[in-house]
Amino acid sequence: MAALTHLGLAEARDLLVRKELSSVELTEAHVRAVAAARGLNAFITETPDQAMAAARESDGRRAKGEAGLLDGLPIAIKDLFCTRGVKTTAGSRILGNFVPPYESTVTANLWRAGAVMLGKTNLDEFAMGSSNMTSAFGGVENPWRRRGDNRPLVPGGSSGGSAAAVAARIALGATGTDTGGSIRQPAAFSGITGLKPTYGRCSRWGVIAFASSLDQPGPMGRSVRDCALLLGGMAGHDPKDSTSVPRPVPDYEAALSGDIRGLTVGIPKEYRVDGMSAEIERLWDQGIDWLKAAGANVREVSLPHTTYALPTYYIIAPAEASSNLARYDGVRYGLREPGEGTLESLYETTRAAGFGDEVKRRILIGTYVLSAGYYDAYYNKARQVRSLIARDFARAFAEVDVLLTPTAPTAAFAMGENMDDPVAMYLNDVFTVPASLAGLPGLSLPAGLSGEGLPLGLQLIGRAFDEETVIRVGGVLEAAAAFDALPPGLEA
Amino acid sequence: MSLIKGETGEWEIVIGLEVHAQVISRSKLFSGAATDFGADPNTQVSLVDAAMPGMLPVLNRECVAQAVRTGLGLNAKINHESVFERKNYFYPDLPQGYQISQYEKPIVGEGVISIDLADGATKQIGIERLHLEQDAGKSLHDQDPRKTFVDLNRSGVALMEIVSRPDMRSAEEAGAYLRKLRTILRYLGTCDGNMEEGSMRCDVNLSLRRPGGPLGTRTETKNVNSIRFVMQAIEYEARRQMEILESGGTIVQETRLFDARKGESRSMRSKEDAHDYRYFPDPDLLPLELEGDWVESLKAALPELPDVKKARFMADFGLSAYDAGVLVAEQANAAFYERVLQGPKGRRDPKLAANWVTGNYFGALNASGHSLESAPVDAAKLGGLLDLVADGTVSSRLAKEVFEAMWESGKEAAVIVEEKGLKQITDSGAIEAIVDDIIARNPGQVEQYAGGANPKVLGWFVGQVMKASQGKANPGQVNGILKRKLGG
Amino acid sequence: MSVDVETVARIARLARLRIEPEKMEPLARELDGILHWIEQLQDVDTEGVAPMTSVVEMTLPLREDAVTDGGIAEDVLANAPEAAHGFFLVPKVVE
Repeated sequence: MAALTHLGLAEARDLLVRKELSSVELTEAHVRAVAAARGLNAFITETPDQAMAAARESDGRRAKGEAGLLDGLPIAIKDLFCTRGVKTTAGSRILGNFVPPYESTVTANLWRAGAVMLGKTNLDEFAMGSSNMTSAFGGVENPWRRRGDNRPLVPGGSSGGSAAAVAARIALGATGTDTGGSIRQPAAFSGITGLKPTYGRCSRWGVIAFASSLDQPGPMGRSVRDCALLLGGMAGHDPKDSTSVPRPVPDYEAALSGDIRGLTVGIPKEYRVDGMSAEIERLWDQGIDWLKAAGANVREVSLPHTTYALPTYYIIAPAEASSNLARYDGVRYGLREPGEGTLESLYETTRAAGFGDEVKRRILIGTYVLSAGYYDAYYNKARQVRSLIARDFARAFAEVDVLLTPTAPTAAFAMGENMDDPVAMYLNDVFTVPASLAGLPGLSLPAGLSGEGLPLGLQLIGRAFDEETVIRVGGVLEAAAAFDALPPGLEA
Repeated sequence: MSLIKGETGEWEIVIGLEVHAQVISRSKLFSGAATDFGADPNTQVSLVDAAMPGMLPVLNRECVAQAVRTGLGLNAKINHESVFERKNYFYPDLPQGYQISQYEKPIVGEGVISIDLADGATKQIGIERLHLEQDAGKSLHDQDPRKTFVDLNRSGVALMEIVSRPDMRSAEEAGAYLRKLRTILRYLGTCDGNMEEGSMRCDVNLSLRRPGGPLGTRTETKNVNSIRFVMQAIEYEARRQMEILESGGTIVQETRLFDARKGESRSMRSKEDAHDYRYFPDPDLLPLELEGDWVESLKAALPELPDVKKARFMADFGLSAYDAGVLVAEQANAAFYERVLQGPKGRRDPKLAANWVTGNYFGALNASGHSLESAPVDAAKLGGLLDLVADGTVSSRLAKEVFEAMWESGKEAAVIVEEKGLKQITDSGAIEAIVDDIIARNPGQVEQYAGGANPKVLGWFVGQVMKASQGKANPGQVNGILKRKLGG
Repeated sequence: MSVDVETVARIARLARLRIEPEKMEPLARELDGILHWIEQLQDVDTEGVAPMTSVVEMTLPLREDAVTDGGIAEDVLANAPEAAHGFFLVPKVVE
């Protein structure tokens, strides 16, 4: 048997089901791996005792024949999900030592399915970023390095800790959240698979809010199958979330039929952007060939408003965030700085001390675009353009079943790069933001290596609530790409 | 036109009222916590109300229904699509850092209510809109010298903000508007209108202008918590503004707080920047869409409203506008009156009943502090007394004595009349005997009466007969028999 | 349009964020850069386009009016920086 930490999530599940493995063995191996990999800084809080206790309980359930969908599988949870009794930080100082007396719906679903929590992973502060560099708990190291260069690289963001944990083989899978690309882009940078479900598929109750009309929890794993399995345990209607859609959860693993003959794949021409690296274009073309070879029809489509997606996102997301983050005021929980002893100075100094620079930047932008005199020119205008972007996708999906694009314009960059100009950092999201604005499901999977030996991802975008087609095509693409490279030092 | 006179001429007061009415519902607008008044601090607070990280709002259907019912009661347009927006500002009793309210698209649009003025006239006051919003928690500033105490029990309770058009021109009209609005809300069961407990609060917008002239700058006086104080605040503010304008000054547009003890208002700490609430549609909520059928079913189930009931009382029962008005001011009182009308042998005399209910009965309630529910005399018993008056068993005057005894003992009218022997004497023979006796013993008065030349003396004789009969003789018959026997 | 230091001060006040004086200029320039970049939306023809209210195609769900929550004062106050007698405490506010 391969090292326990090198198993896939579904693979481990099969071994547990066949009783060839116990959860205690599996979890113990991962608890040790997490401790050994602290240099990556992927975890903010480790929960080894809780994990072992859960593993024992899981083995007990399995012995009685009462095992659930994810029973006994050790996974990591992005520190944006509120977990009862376990410190939750959102990667920020402002939550102080906040310990939620409640459990998010998604994680409650996972525990009900029997999953085991290894700990809370690091992230860009309040999910705002594409590098994990904005975390108050320090950056996360990507387990991948450029060939012949040992400068540490970013894992992407905002779900950087989850991506690194899965890539470094210290968790079998992880939860992330995706607002403008925060699952897909780190998945691409870290050589793993990540899925942003349709908006409304997974509940946002108990997920610390960044941009309410965009945030969506989703799975991160080392294969499409693993993501499908994890998504099944996360998804479902929640009456406590008014934007949660009451649709039944299908068996996503069953979608992996391996057969995409007759399906039509769209290639959006506007995604061929200036400054895109040649090797990413080549990989994209390679992806097209793989899908053709598997029997799909491939055609070009047009999403004319693509170029306006980033500025639209950077109006809407900060606007919603500026309001969502107003509750962090030092009154009822989290950090409190006394200022000069007045209420107003308490607010101002608490928030100044508690929020990092990127969060402050976005709060200020958001406040500005909503303020008197600017609402129509910015916020309302952005909502109109968002309608047009959604309409572009709807028109395309009248002709095709799924879209294929690159996930990110570059491979992972070095820690500290791109920090001088906020806009340069925002451009990382150019391929992922449009699907977020339209609320559509998007999957990223590793399809090849760059010239420097770094993973490159391809993205599949599907119709609303058609994760099954995205998963089906993803499975075929994954098989064709046969990506089996490992981060340095992890060769089994 | 009610104008106020200054030294430089006359001024017209222009008043608009914004009323915040707490919705009667078991749970809050967006959370399942309870809404009861007076609970221990922070015991009626859910994680959503406390704005914990990751919390989300879910809309209460009954609160929507209450807003629609109220809109219908205000003869207003129900908007089948409305939007919840966030009103962003910072305050300790506003845990989210925003209030979920409605801005551009409220649930209810324009309406109108009719108010009754003292001289009997009625006036139409326009309603501009009604929208739903969250109430804030309570900040207590007087518990500690250096700290403010925050209780979030009230945070998230549903409020209806009802905005009138600036159609009122005097404190009297404002008072009448508030009374009428309160009555309508209580009839509908959508708000209990209890201003002292804070379930109905009023902000007063007031400006002055020359009659026929352009609107002046207005000020807002916030959170006035009784109708009397609203009227006082209006008087104060009108005078204050007039003094400024008359001396050539300009009115500063500002928010003021009314001090009930001093009877005056003062400017709230001025904010350097005017409020920029940065309203935007709440992304955690979709637009609210109402089905026509549902609204119709709410309309069909509305109770008879005060104006309609008053008109019916006047038309069907022949009551005066004043009496009908008194009876319909409270739905329970009107219902009580109609129960009193229901006699075993058919409808009782409505005017007689109205007099007794509005006069003796309400008087006894006020004096004793009883409610309709706890009163010792119920509708059936009062009706019983009215039957005895109507059929002459007891005279009107003695009926008052009977009523007092009923109130004290809880016994039926007939029982008391029997026990106290208060039955009216209607047997003419018996009355004649008493009359003959009085006439015989008072020859001097008979002479004074002079066969009708001094009609006032008749009154004296009537009084004597009544006294001799312990008030039981039927006054009408006494009159007739005396006249006959005295001649003239 | 450009963002100057006064604007940053006004927006920071609305957002209750205290910015150090030496950070105001650089921040103004940074925000100006971002806003300038966002400005390109003005090029889009949005005549007659309804602003998107939500990506979800469904109607707003409504809840039954029942008391299903509250009575958790302990949880509500558990993380309070300052609390007493069941209340949250803040520096006194003068109205």
